[in-house]
Amino acid sequence: MRFVDEYRDAAAARAVAVELADVAAGLPHVKLMEVCGGHTHAIYRHGLDALLPENVELVHGPGCPVCVIPMGRVDDGISLAEHPEVTFTSFGDMLRVPGGRHRSLLEAKARGADVRIVYSPLDALALAVREPERQVVFFGVGFETTAPATALTLRRARELGVENFSVFCNHVLIGPALRAILDSPDTDIAGFVGPGHVSTVIGTSPYTFVAADYGRPVVVAGFEPTDILQAVLMLLRQLRAGTARVENQYGRVVRPAGNTVALAALEEVFEVRDDFEWRGLGAIPRSGLRIAEDYAHWDAERRFEVPGARIEDPKACRCGDVLRGRAKPWECKVFGTACTPERPLGTCMVSSEGACAAYHAYGRHKVLA
Amino acid sequence: MSDVVTLADGAGGKASRRLVERLFLEELRNPLLETLDDAAVVSANGTRLAFTTDSYVVRPLRFPGSDIGELAVNGTVNDLAVSGATPLALTAGFVLEEGFPLDELRGLTRSMGRAAERAGVAVAAGDTKVVERGAADGLYVTTAGVGLLDPRVELDARRVRAGDRVLLSGGLAEHGIAVMLARGNLQLEFDVESDSAPVHELASALCGFGAELRWMRDPTRGGLATLLNELVAAAGASVVLDERAIPVRDDVRAACELLGIDPLYVANEGKLVAVVSAEAADDALAALRAHPLGAQAALIGEVRSDDLPLVLADTPFGGSRIVDMMVGDPLPRIC
Repeated sequence: MRFVDEYRDAAAARAVAVELADVAAGLPHVKLMEVCGGHTHAIYRHGLDALLPENVELVHGPGCPVCVIPMGRVDDGISLAEHPEVTFTSFGDMLRVPGGRHRSLLEAKARGADVRIVYSPLDALALAVREPERQVVFFGVGFETTAPATALTLRRARELGVENFSVFCNHVLIGPALRAILDSPDTDIAGFVGPGHVSTVIGTSPYTFVAADYGRPVVVAGFEPTDILQAVLMLLRQLRAGTARVENQYGRVVRPAGNTVALAALEEVFEVRDDFEWRGLGAIPRSGLRIAEDYAHWDAERRFEVPGARIEDPKACRCGDVLRGRAKPWECKVFGTACTPERPLGTCMVSSEGACAAYHAYGRHKVLA
Repeated sequence: MSDVVTLADGAGGKASRRLVERLFLEELRNPLLETLDDAAVVSANGTRLAFTTDSYVVRPLRFPGSDIGELAVNGTVNDLAVSGATPLALTAGFVLEEGFPLDELRGLTRSMGRAAERAGVAVAAGDTKVVERGAADGLYVTTAGVGLLDPRVELDARRVRAGDRVLLSGGLAEHGIAVMLARGNLQLEFDVESDSAPVHELASALCGFGAELRWMRDPTRGGLATLLNELVAAAGASVVLDERAIPVRDDVRAACELLGIDPLYVANEGKLVAVVSAEAADDALAALRAHPLGAQAALIGEVRSDDLPLVLADTPFGGSRIVDMMVGDPLPRIC
């Protein structure tokens, strides 16, 4: 398969690993954070840790959009779905995410709520056009990666004058989350493997503050094994040279200025919330999007009564530490016991891209053995 | 466990397993059911029979490469075949919704007849029920089958030993991907057809290896990964897969990549997985490859004795990972 197989070539990966070992030899123990859940998933799925030098440790960041939605917001979604006139539409992987009291959208569906999986917000809009007697609500979830599709759909809804469509907006921004991690006490992360998909939209300049204000290098990376290894190599080279710059390993997809059409759509349709709660990280200022005044008519939070209850993250769970790189998944007492992918307690176990779920699915034999 | 049935309970993964073990097995427990194999073994007057049943609720009713009629025959034939039995006769029960077009019903039944003929088995009895419009999604079919067990083999996960080899009869994920694409809501265009086919001839070829053949299954719902997890749990040994050896057609792999779905978890309807002794592995592989349905057959892994019975995959990068049982339905990821 072209554009995939080349980047999964084992010989090429080993060649990078040889260079990695060479560059790492001159460094102390180094902690690097891969921000995106897609990277976490790829690292475990391909067993890439086997190719990393012993003094290079990868820790897993907050970039799993499903994981960071707080339980209260899931409950709000369920409450919307339970309105008899509402058809609640969502990407598939949000359906299993439990809210408070362990209830998920999948369970709400089993109890009679009209919940349907869509593959794009435009499918939800088409559904609203097809079924004008239903109130179709789309569960808008994700970073700047998925937010443009929601924005374009809202624009389309307004053009077509679709009255029975609205969006429950939970889109979040990656920059403020990185800042929150860098601002937390005792952060010992030396550099970041930057998220590839988000960067196709926002470009590379939004990471400049990481290098300029915090002195940490960032390398935006693709999702295949050689991409990730190469990005680690680029970071180590910067650390060796004592520089902190933003570099782009994923040049075949990511442009420095990002996708300007998508960015313009975000600007038009959304505005930044004063603060937004992240599961595992708590409230982060200016980190979430809500629907702008011009599109208020299509905002599910304005159209329906939404309970807006806050639910505390479970005390036993160390997701906050895992997300800040201070603990490994298996160091958490409830990992694999009270907290499993089927019945997750904490955010990192929720989606297959969460650090704990990825480790539980692919790597727990290394700890148990 | 949730206190109502959810769709995950029917997806063939962990949730399905739990529903069967904690509800059906608890209420109906008996020595025949306890094995939870694809088919039960019933002995009568010294003859050993395999006995199985399966329901079909696939949407859409027709999809590239097959339809619900053919699937209902092949599925039950395959459950008998991988139990080491020659299928003798099937029954078919239809739940029809009021208003269902007769032409459509005739077409699907004809397809069933053709599949039965191909597998050399008769649909010997049947039942029809009609429910009100809206009470069933067009049509559901349940088939049951009985087969004569091959006296040369005794298939049992507990006979699986360290060093045994794992064989797969062909490319993964074609049925699941064909059906997912046929539902039409992905707007992807691939020419992927369901692999629905009877595997009784492949199974019969392997039965020729007698005691060297330890265990067989067909990787349907939940895919190869779920099936092998059931094997390691029953055998108390581990299976280590060589990822590169597992056949997946390029276009199927591309569709899986786009959807973020692992082909190891996608349903197949015309494949079998067998565990054979190391000594018989090469000949058994050749026997599979000699049949048109087994042309892409491959040796995909090895059984190892481990403290923890797990399915592992060695990756091309020198690492290894767990291949876990599926939790619910494979759902396309957000990004």
